[in-house]
Amino acid sequence: MELSFQTVLSQVMLGLNNGVFYAILSLGLAVIFGLLNIVNFVHGALYMLGAYVALLGYTMLGPLLGKPDFHLNYWVALIVAPLVVGLLGIGVERTMLRRLRKFDHLYGLLLTFGLALIIQGVFTNYFNVSGDAYDGKPESLEGAVNLGFMLFPKYRLWVIGISLLVCFATWFVIERTKLGSYLRAGTENPELVKAFGVNVPLMITLTYGYGAALAAFAGVLAAPIYSVSPVMGSEMIITVFAVVVIGGMGSIMGSIITGLLLGMVEGFTKVVYAPASSTVIFLIMVVVLLVKPTGLFGKES
Amino acid sequence: MSGFEPKEMLCIKGLQAFYEESHILHGVDLTVGEGEVVTLLGRNGSGRTTILKSIMGLVGRRNGSIQIHGVETIGMPTHKIARLGIGYCPEERGIFSNLTVEENLLLPLVVKDGGMSVPELYDMFPNLQERRFSMGTRLSGGEQQMLAMARILRTGAKLLLLDEITEGLAPVIVQTLGQLIGQLKSRGFTIVLVEQNFHFAADLADRHYVVDRGVIADLIPRDALASSTEKLNQYLGV
Repeated sequence: MELSFQTVLSQVMLGLNNGVFYAILSLGLAVIFGLLNIVNFVHGALYMLGAYVALLGYTMLGPLLGKPDFHLNYWVALIVAPLVVGLLGIGVERTMLRRLRKFDHLYGLLLTFGLALIIQGVFTNYFNVSGDAYDGKPESLEGAVNLGFMLFPKYRLWVIGISLLVCFATWFVIERTKLGSYLRAGTENPELVKAFGVNVPLMITLTYGYGAALAAFAGVLAAPIYSVSPVMGSEMIITVFAVVVIGGMGSIMGSIITGLLLGMVEGFTKVVYAPASSTVIFLIMVVVLLVKPTGLFGKES
Repeated sequence: MSGFEPKEMLCIKGLQAFYEESHILHGVDLTVGEGEVVTLLGRNGSGRTTILKSIMGLVGRRNGSIQIHGVETIGMPTHKIARLGIGYCPEERGIFSNLTVEENLLLPLVVKDGGMSVPELYDMFPNLQERRFSMGTRLSGGEQQMLAMARILRTGAKLLLLDEITEGLAPVIVQTLGQLIGQLKSRGFTIVLVEQNFHFAADLADRHYVVDRGVIADLIPRDALASSTEKLNQYLGV
């Protein structure tokens, strides 16, 4: 089979578009795992909730308020959904996860897994499992841009740009600022950070809230691309967990880079042998686990 | 407490402490006056480190009474206790490996006015300035100990809880630490030292509390030290 450079490049670009979702979600998981030491299984559901805030804000909020012409603007949703879901996350941490802090992390994993099933179950009951289209894509992002080797949808280009910005801004805050030094120290020895006068429980709550907000942000970005459905989170999260395993749990830059690369690998596989594109990440996961069980960027403990 | 200013910096009464099921402290009473240097002597496992951790609220459960400058702290969360002006240097030094030397130095919150500035600290510990962009745990043991001391001196804390600061360090560094403690004392710091190195402690402290099996077994003032050697040897099992 003749592979034109152009075909490869365009599939890799589309792969990068998936990759930024992997990156943003696995970044949230890494941040939460670092400080809370739990594998946040509800992450996919939070992503789905973000998309639904955008969708329902667009379709149902107006009628509900008695103004059928009102549609929650996409840009507003991009702010509101992370806030709503972030606050929900804060509530979950305060009322549930906090009580599990002194037990094995397995309990946190089970709790978040249970929450994910409940949220997904409730949404499956009320909404269309096969998905609803989100019509709120702003007009300014309609159409395509000529990248030279392909016509690339403007909206997807926006998604790639803003996601990279959010990911690297998060990395910068954690690795290069004073606030981040509290987070890194808290990851290493939370008790001592408390003894230095830092309100660590509050920091943990806000960190979980931020992780949840990141997932919701990704959800809103996804809404105009993929159809919004109750199972969109659980489908996404399986791949994201594979990304996290490959990258190594807890490494901030590692989770971003691995997310982006694996998205591109997926895209590339689509050109070479399309049927393998949905499994290639899991194959890589198997190989990485065999060769370097702590993940590519993981630290030996 | 209208205008009443107790002269005790630290006053502990009937302190009991637990880790999960183990009962470590069985009613500790001790007081430390403002500007005093006091050591906690005792065998390994006698509960000295647990006394310091209990003051910071870092044990599983504690009851009794711990007053810092007259403020009851037994029900307070750790970060609030620290903000009363306590500097804590843990046994394992607690240098963060994910943080640079300078980030380690700047980590503890400034809790009171009158702490040392970063340039002052770098003057005092020139090695730290030289290596301020290295990761914390790249430092030698002695440098790590200096860093652990420097970072609590920046916070303005006037009560210092120092756990085994000389452990595993070369004699020349132990000597420097001794000079440092002397300087701090003359600046009016109140210091509680947990020490294994009795000779180090003997020169510095006003009083020595002997801790044995989770209680205070004895109190030896500085001038009675010479006459109590035999008694002490018995307590410390040396």
